[in-house]
Amino acid sequence: MSGEEQNEAKRRQVGANSESERAGATGAANSGPQAEAPPPKPPSPGQERLDRAVRLLRELVAEDAVEAASINEANGHLPTIVVKNERWPQAARLFRSHGELNANYLRNVAGVDYETHMEVVYYLLNMASGHNYAVKVRTGREAPSVPSATPVWETANWNEREIYDLLGIDFPGHPDLRRIMMPDDWEGHPLRKDYVPLDPEV
Amino acid sequence: MIRTEELLLNVGPQHPSTHGVFRIIVKLDGEIITEATPVMGYLHRGTEKLAESLNYTQIIPYTDRMDYVSAMTNNYVLVHAVEKMMGLQVPERAEFLRLIVMELQRIASHLVWWGTYLLDIGALSPFLYAFNDRERILQLFNELCGARLTYNYMRVGGVKWDAPEGWIDRVKRFVRSMYGKLEEYDGLVSGNEIFLSRIKGVGAYDAETAIAYGLSGANLRSTGVKWDLRKNEPYSLYERFEFDVPVGASGDCYDRYLVRLAEIRQSLRILEQALERFPAEGETMGKVPRVIRPPAGEIYVRIESPRGEIGCYIVSTGKAEPYRLKFRRPSFVNLQILPKLLVGESMTNLVTILGGIDIVLGEVDC
Repeated sequence: MSGEEQNEAKRRQVGANSESERAGATGAANSGPQAEAPPPKPPSPGQERLDRAVRLLRELVAEDAVEAASINEANGHLPTIVVKNERWPQAARLFRSHGELNANYLRNVAGVDYETHMEVVYYLLNMASGHNYAVKVRTGREAPSVPSATPVWETANWNEREIYDLLGIDFPGHPDLRRIMMPDDWEGHPLRKDYVPLDPEV
Repeated sequence: MIRTEELLLNVGPQHPSTHGVFRIIVKLDGEIITEATPVMGYLHRGTEKLAESLNYTQIIPYTDRMDYVSAMTNNYVLVHAVEKMMGLQVPERAEFLRLIVMELQRIASHLVWWGTYLLDIGALSPFLYAFNDRERILQLFNELCGARLTYNYMRVGGVKWDAPEGWIDRVKRFVRSMYGKLEEYDGLVSGNEIFLSRIKGVGAYDAETAIAYGLSGANLRSTGVKWDLRKNEPYSLYERFEFDVPVGASGDCYDRYLVRLAEIRQSLRILEQALERFPAEGETMGKVPRVIRPPAGEIYVRIESPRGEIGCYIVSTGKAEPYRLKFRRPSFVNLQILPKLLVGESMTNLVTILGGIDIVLGEVDC
């Protein structure tokens, strides 16, 4: 009995160790208060750009435009900003046309179903300076909707259609929102985590 | 009385010049296209959905089947993303092998494009030349990993197979002879009057449009934008080698043709240097945990495939399977500009313009 308990405790400890190791290796998360105090991290090289972008969004779009902001260290210190859903059209225009941000190239658009909410991530690039930004827009899972970025970046057009098709997110303002991969009469959106295949036997 | 009527014409999905199962519905006024609507999804296999129930090593063969003309670069973007998430080191010999096969693949892919594009326009013999030379690359790949098209060669942390005895020398011989072949190609096609009159000034757009549509690869560079991820956001060992980024000026089909041919030459240059400096010995697999579990978080990694920016977006929850995996496929993004380019063009240019974009349907539909 006690042997088993010991083993169990050990296993837990090992788990905790590897957890904190992993966090340390990527620097993605804090290792928690119970661990030894980590040495203060040097500021991320992306921090200044992140702060600047957040300040511009707050000043020129709206005080509440930014929901969260962080640095994705594993992804080359990528400034990552969560923009409030209804502020996204204005924020997109700011990213595109503000002389300093000047994100003229939309690299990628991805939709994710997090089960608690849904998220669309836009990867923006300023081709002149080579600066990258990730901008996320969140929406609920019931009748999910994110304002379309197609009026700002033409690239978003088919990408948003694909997200609508596979995840069921509506993009108000999109010029031509219809299925792109699945047949037009398909029921459901396959990449949703609660998707039930039509015929599980197949 | 002359009566004109709008004609609705359906091209594809089964048609050789669509390079796969791609369908396009065109409205015609006489011979002039007034509207074009692409229809895709005939090759949609749900790769991203399937990936959510597979571990990372199991996903690698699926990437082979996306852009099946350039499977090596697809392999790389996935393993590179996982390595970056986990902070893994790849041994130098393995990274050299990866770079060598990626550049060989770029040449093979451009050769497929060159041959089939001329076939589209109506010249049969260049196709035979191109496929003959591509065959030699496939033979080299076959010796390396036992497959001609779907290689499944790379692994997280390295490569599956080391180069067999004498392989590097055989690649060197291929590179040397390929320079001469390129001159042959130029003599055969590049200055041909009929060819020039078919593609010069056709399907032109400017740099601003290309950027607004998120074009990448030769589609972007043909407008004069010097943007190549091997230079602008270096990955692998590209920083160590000297090469140029060929660009066009007018953004038409002819410039895209020239850019791609020039890119073959640059790939040969990279290969020459890489083969010369190939480490005589070393590991081909780095230290990798038995079960690959990237830490919770997300990453977007991109590299320069023969068709442009191929990207891999991973959301991990710390499990062995990705929570969400998305590929940014350059063919899918590049194809978006097609309806815009076709409006106002004559029907004969449809195939010229579509072929000039260089799509692979396995990648468009994914």
